[in-house]
Amino acid sequence: MTAQPYSEKVMDHFMHPRNVGDMENPDGIGKVGNPVCGDIMEMYIKVKDGVIVDAKFKTFGCGAAIATSSMATELVKGKTIEEALKLTNKAVAEALGGLPAIKMHCSVLAEDAFKAAVNDYLLKTTGKGLPGFKPHEEPLEEHEH
Amino acid sequence: MRKVYLDYAATTPTRTEVMAAMQPYFRQVFGNPSSIHAFGQEAKGAIESSRDKVAALLGASPEEIVFTSGGTESDNFALEGVAFANEKKGNHIITSAIEHHAITECCAFLKKRGLEITYLPVDKYGLVDPQEVKKAITDKTILISIMHANNEMGTIEPLAEISKITKEKGIYFHTDAVQTVGHLSVNVKELGVDLLSLSAHKFYGPKGVGALYIRKGTRLVSFLHGGGQERGRRASTENVPGIVGLGIACELAQAEMGKNHAQLQPLRDKLIKGILEKIPESQLNGHPTLRLPNNVNVSIKYVEGESMLLNLDIVGVAASTGSACTSGSLEASHVLLAIGLSHELAHGSLRFTLGKETTEEDIDYVLEQLPPIVEKLRAMSPLYKGKK
Repeated sequence: MTAQPYSEKVMDHFMHPRNVGDMENPDGIGKVGNPVCGDIMEMYIKVKDGVIVDAKFKTFGCGAAIATSSMATELVKGKTIEEALKLTNKAVAEALGGLPAIKMHCSVLAEDAFKAAVNDYLLKTTGKGLPGFKPHEEPLEEHEH
Repeated sequence: MRKVYLDYAATTPTRTEVMAAMQPYFRQVFGNPSSIHAFGQEAKGAIESSRDKVAALLGASPEEIVFTSGGTESDNFALEGVAFANEKKGNHIITSAIEHHAITECCAFLKKRGLEITYLPVDKYGLVDPQEVKKAITDKTILISIMHANNEMGTIEPLAEISKITKEKGIYFHTDAVQTVGHLSVNVKELGVDLLSLSAHKFYGPKGVGALYIRKGTRLVSFLHGGGQERGRRASTENVPGIVGLGIACELAQAEMGKNHAQLQPLRDKLIKGILEKIPESQLNGHPTLRLPNNVNVSIKYVEGESMLLNLDIVGVAASTGSACTSGSLEASHVLLAIGLSHELAHGSLRFTLGKETTEEDIDYVLEQLPPIVEKLRAMSPLYKGKK
């Protein structure tokens, strides 16, 4: 019998997050989320010859938010930007052995944080952002009760 | 591993004396209290004896006590019962911004049915200002409902002052006393309330049973329609073992009143002091003294509540938070936002509620475990930048 609301994988990434912390001179920074909903994520990437050679994160948020940030950095590391952009929030959630329905928005945030970092990198290097990049907006005020 | 339960405001373990008293009412005395035969009448006797005990604890008359399924039902019964019985008189209810969802959601339901609801603001400690109550009253006001003590931050409301106003104006006054009955001295006459909700499982009784005090002469419609149980106010075959358990829990609480207070308050104050001293940029939520003797509610800057709870759970400490992430919605606690906390601080709140089995060693253990958890999570937080 499990007494945890999360899968073992989620708890592992939450208790032992991979790639957490600051990065010196990152090539791209993505900041998403807002304090209203209780999750703020920052992702930092280092890019060499179109390959993501390093990814790090910092997150203010719940267990799922921290675990999805950790997993997302693991999944994009070593991939080309093109490959890594195929990463979806569902893939992050699946790699963690699933998330409770109410926590799926955390995985969306992780996908967005990475895309925002790529967008930042492209803006800095090419002057043009990621085509079609628009972070998912979480509603700020209009929660139905 | 040490197990430290500090979530007594969520629920308490049923006392062994209570369980023992309930036991015979499952098999030996199983009769339906509405039956005329001895099986039924014995069960009926047990219910009436429990009613006496609940009434004695509250300083009420036994016929003013109606048994319900718990706090939520009692709250819904009071609000809907008064609203529907007084439709000709008015359609306005006054309540506070920090009530339990059993009140706020019931008010939202009544609002859809055409009632007007005023949610009174509270000050930074969570106190309702009686003068604000007075100002909010209109000639359409039929009911005022203000909780006795807040379930999240423990602030105790000035009910006796408010009831002076409601009596003067002839308006019904209800209180959700789920957090205080069995813990503080609660006397319906001293408080001056017409209706009061209580729940057994918050003071070492069983889950699924509670009561509503209805002052004699209060007009309200029945909650459940069917048989004539509870003098026609609440149909349904009575939960006899539960009602017996509630009675014993009341009796024990009355006998031990003051003892728990003396045990818990020093532990509460030690935990508050310890957290504020050991964790920089932490703050107490709620009132420093007008506060339940077992409630500690703090906000810890730069970290989110659920992530603290999970870490505490891993080291055996059970607590709760006002963060959105555990509530099933995405909103932080309406209570903490109502006292003016930022969303970040509301999400970073932790509630520890102490109880009968809490020891000083438990408090020491929390004070030893919490600071490194906060430190670890702060190191991961993007909000903590530049503060290393």
